[in-house]
Amino acid sequence: MRGIDPTRSAALTEADRLMTICNACRYCEGLCAVFPAMEKHRTFGEGDLNYLANLCHQCGACYSDCQYSPPHEFNVNVPSALSKVRNDSYEQYAWPRAFAGAFARNGLFITLLASGSVAAFIAGFVALRDPAVLFGHHAGDFYKLMPHNAMVAIFGTVFIYAILALTMSLRAFWRDINGAGSGAAVAEATHDAGHLTYLGGGGGGCTSENEKPSAQRRIFHHLTFYGFMFCFASTSVATVYHYALGWHAPYPLTSLPVLLGIIGGVGLLAGPAGLFLLAQKRDPVLVDRPRLGMDVAFLTMLFLTALTGFALMLLRDSSAMGLLLAIHLGVVLGLFLSLPYGKFVHGMYRYLALVKFNKEG
Amino acid sequence: MNINEIFDVVVAGGGNAALCAAITAARAGRKVVVLEGAPQFYRGGNTRHTRNLRCAHDGTASNMAGPYDPAEFLDDLYRVTGGETDKALAQLTIARSHELIPWMNKQGVFFQPPLGGTLSLGKTNAFFLGGGRGMLNALYRQAESLGVVCVYDAMVTALNVENGFFVSATIKFDGAEKEVRGRTFVAACGGFEANIEWLREYWGDAADNFIIRGTPYNRGAVLRMLLDKGVMPVGDPTQCHAIALDARAPKFDGGIATRLDSVVFGIMVNRDGQRFYDEGEEIWPKRYAIWGRLIAQQPDQIGYSILDSKSIHMFMPSIYPAIVAGTIGELASKLELDPVAVEKTVADFNAAVQPGTFDHTVLDDCRTEGLAIPKSHWARKIDTPPYYAYPLRPGITFTYLGVRVNEESRMILADGKLAANMFAAGEIMAGNVLGKGYLAGIGMTIGAVFGRLAGEGAAKHARN
Repeated sequence: MRGIDPTRSAALTEADRLMTICNACRYCEGLCAVFPAMEKHRTFGEGDLNYLANLCHQCGACYSDCQYSPPHEFNVNVPSALSKVRNDSYEQYAWPRAFAGAFARNGLFITLLASGSVAAFIAGFVALRDPAVLFGHHAGDFYKLMPHNAMVAIFGTVFIYAILALTMSLRAFWRDINGAGSGAAVAEATHDAGHLTYLGGGGGGCTSENEKPSAQRRIFHHLTFYGFMFCFASTSVATVYHYALGWHAPYPLTSLPVLLGIIGGVGLLAGPAGLFLLAQKRDPVLVDRPRLGMDVAFLTMLFLTALTGFALMLLRDSSAMGLLLAIHLGVVLGLFLSLPYGKFVHGMYRYLALVKFNKEG
Repeated sequence: MNINEIFDVVVAGGGNAALCAAITAARAGRKVVVLEGAPQFYRGGNTRHTRNLRCAHDGTASNMAGPYDPAEFLDDLYRVTGGETDKALAQLTIARSHELIPWMNKQGVFFQPPLGGTLSLGKTNAFFLGGGRGMLNALYRQAESLGVVCVYDAMVTALNVENGFFVSATIKFDGAEKEVRGRTFVAACGGFEANIEWLREYWGDAADNFIIRGTPYNRGAVLRMLLDKGVMPVGDPTQCHAIALDARAPKFDGGIATRLDSVVFGIMVNRDGQRFYDEGEEIWPKRYAIWGRLIAQQPDQIGYSILDSKSIHMFMPSIYPAIVAGTIGELASKLELDPVAVEKTVADFNAAVQPGTFDHTVLDDCRTEGLAIPKSHWARKIDTPPYYAYPLRPGITFTYLGVRVNEESRMILADGKLAANMFAAGEIMAGNVLGKGYLAGIGMTIGAVFGRLAGEGAAKHARN
């Protein structure tokens, strides 16, 4: 309803229009963090809108509860408008800027990264080792195919790059939203993120699949997130075993790294599969349809990471191990490379937005 | 769906009262049909624009500060209605209001604590999570899970009623007239606030300039039929609840987001650039409800709230931008008012402002002296550019005319006899309890209490 600013994107202009309506209504203030945060403003700058967009968990409750949603002439659809701003913000804060385009055609980008990584490992094994070694029996000893130090060098470098790129992006975001935090705010944000407090529609549940509130998305997201964390823990424990204790892989099935990996792997199979199936049932008006590929790409990468990991574990004593190892390492490398340029970033931005929200109370 | 069968309970309307009646009757095992005149999106009449209900409670209700004692509730009701209430029904409303939160919870309705901008109603009112539409969605889900047949776009066009005995309702459905028969009838389909022609009977041409806050479907068709069939009326037919809202609001269904509470922070002028009422007379909530009527009495039913930059951030933000200018004369021109007249009004006002300590949360000592129309509180000079203005029109929330009911929510006929099988709930009978004035959340309370009573009564009657 305010004047149009020609320098603003259509997504920001629409989000500004909606926040102005919502701020005069405020009926949704009990649903999540977005609306109380909105109420601290009378006008909305670009940083404010990027902050609100990243606070939104896309639960959909404010759409089904809204008396102004379409076909009402006010045409209020906050989940859709904020998802567009949010996805734009990933692009906007991408580091280096040259990679911003990765978000626009994310499915293609990640497919290329993953398949390229897999191909590189297969080619590397074939080129550097005797093909007979690739298809030989090694009793689960991966290091016969690739020395431990080589693995660490490759994955360590990529991981450090991913952390650097994410840090640079998050710094830009934090500056833009006028970020502020404290120890207590970090603790509360960690709680909110860990519990997915705001994927609950304020208590009614997530209304994304249909008007009936449901906890399904929250459950599958928990499986995904904690599955990821268990896998991360598995790798961390294995690193300690290797360097601190001198215990080298392969580890037995009952060892801590393998058990953690199994638990995490189950989560990473069930969680992404569930989220993918729910996304198919989701009301298309709620989402940023052109960029749904980003969600699918990330879910697929997580699912494939777990799937190839299990295949490797089950068949590590067979002649398929070499090929499976190349595929698994390729998928994981693809995942790592894509972390700063895919859906993974949503957790980071949202976490920072939650820190600011909790700081401002 | 088969609407050809004979239902135990036929409910006209699809808001809070209708759903409370339908759910209650269905829970008692009755076959219920809900005839909602609006399309599915617009279902629920005024309920879709509500956000809370008022209830007596002992202080243990979650999400509420308390307690809110029944006697205090009754006092509040007496105060706003000036005693225009049926005492027995008022007491019944209040006595049964304390059951509403647990009952609603059981139907799947969630409540939330009042947060920012909720006007210090935390003690008296329970807030629906996500507002009235969220609450309606829960009630519809519950009704449908209990087997209630809900028909949309089903405006009642005729009632077959003989001597206070309901036989059937005719609806216009899918382009054809259809007769829906039932053993009992619950009228829960609101007032006539969206029926401009009806409003014109009392307000003349001024009604054309009214903005209706709810959907265009609140036309009062069933109310008129019932009165024509000899049901006893209640409430002043000429009266409606009107607030001041932004003149740029849509003609219908703008709801809460178009209201403006800027009036007290500046001055109000009419089309001729003249002030017409003491802007500092009353504190919220009363002032909220008087300005609609005051503007309705002005030429062309329009008023302009004029402020300066000291005050522009002191009220809830509006969805429409303020009109802004560097001088009062320029502001008047932008409003298409006579700049000379407005400049003189502002100058006279500024000259009359007395020194004081401004505090908009109390009746402060900032006032004017020597004006024919004083501003008795919150009077500050309008002297700090830029200057701002909002055009305001009357926004009609609901009408007071209804049908008389007894403690069972059963309709009373003009001759004083009870209707055999007809009940009423919600806005269509709210005038029994709220003869005039307004108390935040009371409409939802009356709707839910009498909706449940009507459901109980209809369920009992349909069995006999």
